[in-house]
Amino acid sequence: MERVFRHFQEELDGMKDRLLAMGGLAEERVRESVRGLMEREHSALDGVLAGDEPINDLHMEVDDRCFKLLALHQPMAADLRVIVAAVKINTDLERVGDLAVNIAEAGKRYLQHAPVKPLIDIPRMGELAQRMLRDALDAFVRRDMALAEAVLAADDTLDALKTQIFRELLTYMLQAPETIEPALDLILISRHLERIGDHATNVAEDVIFILSARDVRHHQTDTSWRDPASS
Amino acid sequence: MTAVSRTVPTSLSGIANRRGQPPPSIDAPVKIGVDGLDFYYGEKRALDGISIQIRTNLVTAFIGPSGCGKSTFLRTLNRMNDIIPGTRVDGTVLIDGQSIYDSGVDVVQLRRKVGMVFQKSNPFPKSIFENIAYGLRINGLTKTKAELADRVEESLRQAAIWDEVKDRLHESALALSGGQQQRLCIARALAIKPEILLMDEPASALDPIATQRIEELIYELKKSYTIVIVTHNMQQAARVSDFTAFFWLGRLVEFDRTDKIFTAPAEKLTEDYVTGRCG
Repeated sequence: MERVFRHFQEELDGMKDRLLAMGGLAEERVRESVRGLMEREHSALDGVLAGDEPINDLHMEVDDRCFKLLALHQPMAADLRVIVAAVKINTDLERVGDLAVNIAEAGKRYLQHAPVKPLIDIPRMGELAQRMLRDALDAFVRRDMALAEAVLAADDTLDALKTQIFRELLTYMLQAPETIEPALDLILISRHLERIGDHATNVAEDVIFILSARDVRHHQTDTSWRDPASS
Repeated sequence: MTAVSRTVPTSLSGIANRRGQPPPSIDAPVKIGVDGLDFYYGEKRALDGISIQIRTNLVTAFIGPSGCGKSTFLRTLNRMNDIIPGTRVDGTVLIDGQSIYDSGVDVVQLRRKVGMVFQKSNPFPKSIFENIAYGLRINGLTKTKAELADRVEESLRQAAIWDEVKDRLHESALALSGGQQQRLCIARALAIKPEILLMDEPASALDPIATQRIEELIYELKKSYTIVIVTHNMQQAARVSDFTAFFWLGRLVEFDRTDKIFTAPAEKLTEDYVTGRCG
């Protein structure tokens, strides 16, 4: 029994390590895409555009590991929850990698034009989205419920920033039609960052599910983390 | 020892609805009500304050490590432990509201109502037909030969073995395979029309295909019987039962819906056991 259990635990830890490696890669790619945009560094954006393969490989590897863990060990309770959640987190992280590519693409287009305005809220969104992702993964590693709940709460701030960016750029576009193309790319980038926050939120919801077996998606069972004033 | 959860939960919203199946009815009447049951082998207390309500026409699984008392508890439900010298029972066991340990209780009648199937199939060294007919005859449950034959066929059909044995009813039951012998024993238990079926690891000696047949049979039988099954195989408990009770060192640690026990148990000890971290 003990030997079988140790085997299972090793396989489970191995899967978690690979999932976290993937999380690290996804975080790095978001950071590089935003940095390339802010510092107008084409090579950084090119690096993001060219480097999707490792994350795609990890995506398939983690799915395969989870699939085998389920089939060969028939886990129960907390073990079952962590594997089912890992499959979902894996998909979220792969999507974050894709969104980093989308940001890099829009960034490359944006850099072909004169700057529309000094970028203030985009880097804020970038920092917040990265922090949410990092916190969600830290919550997964440290089994930290409070940190996972803090990620859920941060999502509203990210949404508000996106709305603010849209409104502001709209005024630029109305005043100067030549800014429409680059401004649309900035709006797209803010949209991608907001989506990264959504994926971080999904990861945090999965962490809450792992830790407490509560399903807090779609605000069904527990909305206490939300500020009553904002709803 | 952590707090003991003994009552049937009242909230049924959630998991079962989401997976598209109706939840087992929580309002099913209580078939077996046990309160504060202690059981002793001589001086040694094997069961400590067991209280549980087993519902009609549902499958309740008992899980736990070897020696935790689950089989002992199962055998208290039809007084099978009475035949072991030096044993003693405290507390109450009510079946349909009637105490089964009262002095006036006819144990033979009780065991007709509460049938039992054991880990190792134990057919009589007689023909397949006689294995079923024997209990009917000695209990005087059938009046004519035709009625007897009908009842044998009905029991074998219920136990999903009729098609395999109908052409050799008068051959020895011992020539059947292990899985067939076990279904024959289930048919034998069903023949005298019990209301409750106790199964003590009924598939632990069988291969996976025979095990699957027994599990499918349990699923069919619960439409007509209240079933209590002891199993070492947690996947089996998860597959066949509606409620699961986890026993540890003679105590009932947790009793809840099976999906809850295997996805989000309330007690740390249950969690450790179902994830293989203890036991």
